[in-house]
Amino acid sequence: MSKKEWPLWEVFIRGQHGLNHRHVGSLHAPDAEMAINHARDVYTRRKEGVSIWVVPSAQITASSPSEKGALFDPAESKVYRHPTFYDIPDEVGHM
Amino acid sequence: MYAQMITSEKSSDDPELLAAFQARIDRGERIEPKEWMPEGYRKTLIRQIGQHAHSEIVGQLPEGNWITRAPTLERKQILLAKVQDEAGHGLYLYSACETLGISRDELFDRLHSGAMKYSSIFNYPTLTWADMGAVGWLVDGAAIMNQVPLQRTSYGPYARAMVRICKEESFHQRQGYTIMMKMAQGTPEQKAMAQDALNRFWYPSLMMFGPSDKDSVHSAQNMAWKIKINTNDELRQRFVNETVPQARYLGLEVPDENLTWNEDKQGWDFSEPDWSEFFAVLKGDGPCNEERLGARRKAWDDGEWFRDGLTAYAEKQAARRKAHAAE
Ligand SMILES: [Fe+2]
Ligand SMILES: [Fe+2]
Repeated sequence: MSKKEWPLWEVFIRGQHGLNHRHVGSLHAPDAEMAINHARDVYTRRKEGVSIWVVPSAQITASSPSEKGALFDPAESKVYRHPTFYDIPDEVGHM
Repeated sequence: MYAQMITSEKSSDDPELLAAFQARIDRGERIEPKEWMPEGYRKTLIRQIGQHAHSEIVGQLPEGNWITRAPTLERKQILLAKVQDEAGHGLYLYSACETLGISRDELFDRLHSGAMKYSSIFNYPTLTWADMGAVGWLVDGAAIMNQVPLQRTSYGPYARAMVRICKEESFHQRQGYTIMMKMAQGTPEQKAMAQDALNRFWYPSLMMFGPSDKDSVHSAQNMAWKIKINTNDELRQRFVNETVPQARYLGLEVPDENLTWNEDKQGWDFSEPDWSEFFAVLKGDGPCNEERLGARRKAWDDGEWFRDGLTAYAEKQAARRKAHAAE
């Protein structure tokens, strides 16, 4: 067994120009440069991307599932944030 | 299948939590890495995804065997691309498995020590070029049968890996079938080679689905958890139904004298494979078990200096950057 396991990286790919980078998975690599090379081989063998980001997995801070309610429930009651909340008469036309 | 006979781990968790968890699965919710899950679910998934990953990696060996001997440059490129895909499949699955709290090196260790298994199919030899056809057509075909429903499995990272894999898998089966077409339409010797490949791979392919599990408690638990979607018999039947007409198109004979169309079930009746052979292969007594595991261990051990070298280089670079920043 090797002395040290290569660290884990999260991989984000921009699929097409104009789109956001999207998380596609993770991989092991000794450093950022190799992580990009590996990401090219593992996640874009069929031209799935035009740009790659890699981030050390250890650097990601995630919200905890148990806080889901506290974080996201408050938005539930704020229906007035959506355009469909407002009745605009047909005579006004498209708005 | 790529993961065969997955025994289900028991959970000794709080019944209330277990019931809430089951309700989430029944509602079709996906379970994500940091969320609460029963210990049995986690352990069973590590076994299943790990075995699946190992199969993808070990599965490169019987095909890698033919890359240097492919009959044309184009076929060499195709086979190389296919084998490279399998490496990718293994990596997607290892990282899905790692989200359950086990490291990839640990998974490798368990494979190399024999503590974890890989699919029985890869313990059969690939003797002729026609075997590359039979493997793509039948082995990848059987894998697809199993992987398509797994795209809906309850564990998010596993389901997403399956979506990726399924997208790539259909090329594998088609390139295999076109090899079979070429051989079956070739000289009498080539056609005989294709028939021989089908003869040797038919029953091992049926074994990939595992023995009947309609009465298995493990299977029932795994199905309740939606980490198994269909019974082994269902998938095997589907596979036979799809494959028989494909064999006929090739003008090849499925090596089963009991093969008959059953009007009532709208499917083929067929002979079971020899399950004692299956258990022997799983136990390590297949024709290539030692060779496959030996090749894996050798690749891992021979690569150690290289992995360590890259780690040392990365550490040195990082230290240098730090020193620069401090100046
Ligand atoms: Fe695969
Ligand atoms: Fe494949």
